[in-house]
Amino acid sequence: MIKLDNLTKIFDTSEGPVTAADHISMEVPSGEICVLLGPSGCGKTTTLKMINRIIPATSGTVFINGEDTSAMDTVDLRRSIGYVIQQIGLFPNMTIEENISVVPRLLGWQPERYKARASELLDMVALDPSTFLKRYPNELSGGQQQRIWVIRALAADPPVMLMDEPFGAIDPINREVIQDEFLKMQAELNKTILFVSHDIDEAVKMADKIAIFRAGKLEQYASPDTILAHPANEFVAGFVGSDRTLKRLQLVRAGQVMGARPTFVQPQQSLSEALVIMERNEHRSITLVNSQHEPIGIISRDVAWNHQGLCGEHYEGLHGIAQQHDDLRTVVAQMFTADSSWLPVVDDQGRLVGDITQRGITHHLGATYRTQG
Amino acid sequence: MLFNQARRYLYFGLLLLVFITGVWAERSGVLAELLEYDEDIRYLVVAHLKLTLISGGLAVLIGIPLGIVLSRPSLARHAETAMQLLNIGTTVPTLALLALAMSVLGIGNGPAIFGLLVATLLPIVRNTYTGLLAVPAHLKEAASGMGMLPRQLLWQVELPNALYVILAGVRTALAINVGTAPLAFLIGGTSLGELIFTGIAVDEPIMMLAGAVPTALLAITIDFSLGLLAFVLVSKGVNPLRQR
Amino acid sequence: MDTLNFLLENLDQLVALTLEHLMLVSIAVGLAIVTGVPIGIAITQNQRAADIVLYIASVIITIPSIALFGLMIPVLSLIGQGIGYLPAIIAVLLYSQLPIIRNTYTAINNVDPALREAARGIGMTPLQRLRMVEIPLAVPIIMAGVRTAVVMNIGVMAIAAYIGAGGLGTYIQRGISQTDPRQLIIGAMAVSVLAIAADYGLLWVQKKFTPKGMKVAG
Repeated sequence: MIKLDNLTKIFDTSEGPVTAADHISMEVPSGEICVLLGPSGCGKTTTLKMINRIIPATSGTVFINGEDTSAMDTVDLRRSIGYVIQQIGLFPNMTIEENISVVPRLLGWQPERYKARASELLDMVALDPSTFLKRYPNELSGGQQQRIWVIRALAADPPVMLMDEPFGAIDPINREVIQDEFLKMQAELNKTILFVSHDIDEAVKMADKIAIFRAGKLEQYASPDTILAHPANEFVAGFVGSDRTLKRLQLVRAGQVMGARPTFVQPQQSLSEALVIMERNEHRSITLVNSQHEPIGIISRDVAWNHQGLCGEHYEGLHGIAQQHDDLRTVVAQMFTADSSWLPVVDDQGRLVGDITQRGITHHLGATYRTQG
Repeated sequence: MLFNQARRYLYFGLLLLVFITGVWAERSGVLAELLEYDEDIRYLVVAHLKLTLISGGLAVLIGIPLGIVLSRPSLARHAETAMQLLNIGTTVPTLALLALAMSVLGIGNGPAIFGLLVATLLPIVRNTYTGLLAVPAHLKEAASGMGMLPRQLLWQVELPNALYVILAGVRTALAINVGTAPLAFLIGGTSLGELIFTGIAVDEPIMMLAGAVPTALLAITIDFSLGLLAFVLVSKGVNPLRQR
Repeated sequence: MDTLNFLLENLDQLVALTLEHLMLVSIAVGLAIVTGVPIGIAITQNQRAADIVLYIASVIITIPSIALFGLMIPVLSLIGQGIGYLPAIIAVLLYSQLPIIRNTYTAINNVDPALREAARGIGMTPLQRLRMVEIPLAVPIIMAGVRTAVVMNIGVMAIAAYIGAGGLGTYIQRGISQTDPRQLIIGAMAVSVLAIAADYGLLWVQKKFTPKGMKVAG
């Protein structure tokens, strides 16, 4: 857990004092990612760097796991915090192994221990230790360097990580990949992470909580969904963008919105049976599943009405299929592409587990306004 | 690599040149005459190297720490002024430096070493300073953010990354040193300059060559050795000589 | 006081020697520009040639000046020019090659490929490109090389007094041989001031040559 209590930074400049961070108070629960978000010069980076005292605070206190850090030695404090800066901060004079083991060596680990740790971390990001340990950063591709530089911060297993726009310099395609990898790692490691970003999409994707800054002040601190659905003021609303409702789609998985009792027919059932089910549910089409319960096609009401025989003889191909873990943005994109108002939802084994409809989605997104607004 | 290929041709050319010169020297009897100075040459090469190594060694011992101190953030304001002065100092011709050393300290090996030391010090301080300043700020921030002490930051990050530039400074400095050491003879230092200047004075070309050839070879050897040293000492990750 | 009196009494001679010193360096560096710049441009066409030329130039500059004089005098004596202006000018000419060739080569090679592309795009021939784009952009950097050469060779020319080339080194030579601190100090100071003045003067020229909107370090 990280708690900031009235953290303030006033810079003395030639044009008089400038308040870069003004009484920032917030609390990040253990194992959560908090993204500090805002335009440049809003105080988000200053706030982050006050935590490990790269920038000394003018006043205020930082607590880590309940302990007041102002009593701690700066060097000890920093060695207990993983720190990732915007540029790739790998030391070009050191091999990958030496880079990863910088903090363990500073902490006085035995060589066997930090060597083993370096290999373990490389394995974690799917880079072969026997190939990479002895290489130098300039012998690696950009993407490989990014991975090394994130795992270097993890080397001594710090409970807390500070990340200053860590993925800011990566091209959009690789950024997605690295973000996904990072989230996968975080799901296992459960670090408490403060993460500076200026990119609302990145924040929505990564954050458990978002803190929005403007001119040194914390404007709103809440979950991504709350920030998108209920921006605290005009500034936040403007910053998250007029398409903020669409952004909320990313926050919800298909499995959370689907109807969990999907209607379906099997190939040996007759078309008239299918018609009965559709009319009972007021559906205009129905999913056809095989013996493994996997969707293999759909049967429309028109077909069932106009033809005789078995479902297995008169079905058409699927318009699309949603995975349980897909976010709603992906699902909606599929619906629009297929010009379809619903999609079957499958689990990881490809078995039908539900169906998702455009109405269901709008209903879900609107719920927060009906209860709170 | 192309450069290596180029070097091979060059070495071949040089060998040929040396061979032709050698044949000519033998035929014309120049070689035999040169060998008459054999004893002088040996003695003076050792004395010459002594001058160079003492003054150059002192310059390294003083120059690198001085460059490090000037590069510390707490001195940033004075460092620029100091570097400006050093740059002006570098502009002063070496003969003038030796002359000034003589006018202050008199003649002998002492003033010679002092003059050489001053001439050699400047490039070392300058390269150490600029090399350390050129280490990217984000690397230093990453290092201190990871909890390195200033001393650890210096030894583990700043110096290894600046080493190539620092050694380039030492290389330049020693090339100047070895080339200026003959002039030290003029103010009473013992060096190969003795053969060259005496040779000029008494119009004895062979004596001149007996001083000039070893001086040139010494300069090239020292330059080459320091290149080799940089190749070996500087980490492969930041060594321009060892890029793929 | 002694030194000052000597200086005032010999002011004419000092001015004459300074001019001689400057003229010798100017002639030699001038010749070096005439030879070095075309070589620097030519070797941008061929990587291997560039490597060889730059390597040779860097070996030459490693040879101490007094050794170079010592090597040249026996050869030049064959045409009766063993001591005097000629070996001094040849030495300066040779030493100036590295800074001038290297800076020309680097400058032309470093012209932004986009600019080169643009020049080709509007239909310039390679020669026009060189004359209208690459050389103007390279001039400030070439000037920096000339400046390095001049400052270095003011020092070399001082040493050349020992091989009878004249110039301000004459004072130092006499000061040492006659153990006359007045001439020693005047010679050393004059040659130092000349080098420093040349350094600043050429820096000014270099800035003048830099087109507005183009910033060049050094």
